[in-house]
Amino acid sequence: MSEQTAPPPPAARAPAPDDDTPLLARNPVVSWVWTNFFSTPLNIALTVISVWFIWSVGSAFLEWAVFNGVLFADSRAHCREIVEHGACWAVVSSRIDSFLYGLYPPAQHWRINITFLLLVAALVPVLWDTMPHRKRALLYSAFVFPVLAVWLLVGGLGLEPVSTKKFSGFMLTLVIGVTGITLSLPLGILLALARRSSLPVLRILSVVFIEFIRGVPLITLLFIASVLLSYFLPPGASFDLIIRVLIMVTLFASAYMAEVIRGGFQSIPAGQYEAAQALGLGYWRSLQKVILPQVLKVSIPGIVNSFIGLYKDTTLVIIIGLFDPLGIGRSLLSDAAWAGLSAEVYLFVALFYFCSCFAMSRYSLYVERKLERGQSHDR
Amino acid sequence: MTQQSVAISAPSGGAPPRPSLFENGLAGFFRNREVRGVLYQVITIAILFASFAWMGNNVVNNLSALGKDFSFAFLGDPANYDINQRPIPYTSQSTNARAMAVGIINTALVAALGIVLTTIMGLFVAIARLSPNWLLSRIAYVYIEYVRNVPVLLHILLVYGVVINVFPDPRGGGSWVSFFDVAFLSNRGLAIPKPIPHQGFEWVVVAFVVACVAAYVIRRRARRRQTLTGEQTMVFLPSLALIVGLPLVAVLVLNDAVNLEIPEIGRFNVRGGLILKPEYFALTLSLSLYTSAFVAEVIRAGILSVSKGQKEAAGALGFGRMRALRLIILPQALRVAIPPMTNQYLNLTKNSSLAIAIGYQDIVGTIGGITLNQTGREIECMILVLSLYLAFSLFISFILNIYNRSIALVER
Repeated sequence: MSEQTAPPPPAARAPAPDDDTPLLARNPVVSWVWTNFFSTPLNIALTVISVWFIWSVGSAFLEWAVFNGVLFADSRAHCREIVEHGACWAVVSSRIDSFLYGLYPPAQHWRINITFLLLVAALVPVLWDTMPHRKRALLYSAFVFPVLAVWLLVGGLGLEPVSTKKFSGFMLTLVIGVTGITLSLPLGILLALARRSSLPVLRILSVVFIEFIRGVPLITLLFIASVLLSYFLPPGASFDLIIRVLIMVTLFASAYMAEVIRGGFQSIPAGQYEAAQALGLGYWRSLQKVILPQVLKVSIPGIVNSFIGLYKDTTLVIIIGLFDPLGIGRSLLSDAAWAGLSAEVYLFVALFYFCSCFAMSRYSLYVERKLERGQSHDR
Repeated sequence: MTQQSVAISAPSGGAPPRPSLFENGLAGFFRNREVRGVLYQVITIAILFASFAWMGNNVVNNLSALGKDFSFAFLGDPANYDINQRPIPYTSQSTNARAMAVGIINTALVAALGIVLTTIMGLFVAIARLSPNWLLSRIAYVYIEYVRNVPVLLHILLVYGVVINVFPDPRGGGSWVSFFDVAFLSNRGLAIPKPIPHQGFEWVVVAFVVACVAAYVIRRRARRRQTLTGEQTMVFLPSLALIVGLPLVAVLVLNDAVNLEIPEIGRFNVRGGLILKPEYFALTLSLSLYTSAFVAEVIRAGILSVSKGQKEAAGALGFGRMRALRLIILPQALRVAIPPMTNQYLNLTKNSSLAIAIGYQDIVGTIGGITLNQTGREIECMILVLSLYLAFSLFISFILNIYNRSIALVER
């Protein structure tokens, strides 16, 4: 919804040229510029103010970040020697490995790279809906990839074991984001089904769970994961902080996912349920064959949006002591060589999140448009 | 489905009697829809109870192993820590309960100002986004996309960095910026006069109530006059003048109904007055920024949902652009926009818990942070924190639901 359509072909907005219009106004470019920038005194004023704003902010930023930016240096002092006032991007470029792989042992970085390639391969059948042999490829994404990924990242069975305490940087963001979203989807479907169920116990439990999770901030759930969860386990038993965080993030995302899926269910006309029943399909089979495929299809934009939300929320783990890219950046800032460069570090991390989230929102928009087109063909 | 329809038609006479549940033997019993429904629910409850009992048992065992008990008595003990922003009197000797109260008020301060700010900012951005001016609309578009696609925690840290580095630093040689010698600003905070009710304050309250009643009467009379004669009279400005002016007059006449404690600048710090911490500004500003992008999209969708004919009809009736927007477009757009706006307000309130990242002491910072760490009462503190946030969420959605009902379309 957020994208304004690219400016329509100028002729579309131009007044229909009849014999009275001056020759100049018949030129589509001139008329487009006229209606968009100078049509009324207010419009002219807005144009002038906008140009001034873009010029003053843009030129100051470009001067700081690009013209006076230092890409390679050994420390902040070195940066300042090269250019007195300017951005010191060296803090990022010299530590790009930390941002990507975090504290993961450098000799094992290849494992993260391979996992990333496998992840991309697993995403292809999910995103490409007309892929040949898609069903078989989806089996790889759903069952083979997770096993391979865990084996590669954690180690064992011939690979050197790596403690999950070393999971950090961009890799941690991906681990939490991908695990959270894949596990929360089935859980969210179950919760949505329970919330629509005619069985009162299931319905009430699901409503209470969803509303509770949606009523409290994620950070309190992460606190529970870090300080409280061990109380609920048998004495002496405890498990990994990352796994506890993954559980909480999954529960949190599944409540939001359930609401997205529930919206999808509501958009399916009753005739579909009745038709499935008329064909003699039972509850689960009609869900599987008729209802869910349609529900999931219309829910894709919502699912992607909650994924974007979850992906951005992974930054909160720094509050309970894990190191995502922001956490890595903050620990860099406490290094005497780079202290005081918070603007550069934060802007880099912001750029990183912006690129990934913007790409995802574009994808969800593309699906939304495709769905709209499909519906208009149906009618 | 078949069983249900049989069950419904059975009592009405001629239909065949309801078949016995065991007509088809035990297998048929379990294939019955209603029976299975009951069975599912019984199993769910059993599993739920079993897991709660197991977890409860673990909690009891763990607590006794640590020599702890479950009680909220610690709320009455002295808190032994300082809080940097204190809207109500508080010292480190105050109780934990009072520390929690300070935290609640600090959260409420962020949420209240944040909701107002984000609505105003969101409205402006939405209007800019819809502007016929291509450049302005593009600027709004870039703003929305940048703000929405960057985590809120980063916004908080960036804005906090700007507040700390750009405002003058009294410790680093800067000086407080004075506003008419009554309010002062630096990166240590904004010091404003603190009103303290004094003798005769009740008359100021009376004046305020009278002004509100008078404004209501003015509005009713203006409405009646408009329906009878079609003439429009000024309502907003006289009402505003009354509501602000009358209590002000009362204060001036009574002379010492309200004492203002004006802050005084020391070498580094400010004595007296009410000090709003830079953390408070940074948090409120960044949360409003972040949420305003979402609010703008919600409002834009609402405005676009109003059909073009409404705008044209307003134009045909001689309404100007602003008047049409205020009286015709926005009221209809709000109907569509209020439910998603409620969600955004709730998000803003919940996101205020990120205050802990910059050291602003809200609910999470006080009862869920230092109190929790000092007393070791993890379970009790987390229960309090969770219920407080739930209460905030319920309160906001309750208020907005009432508002939503009041503006909803009344259908015949």
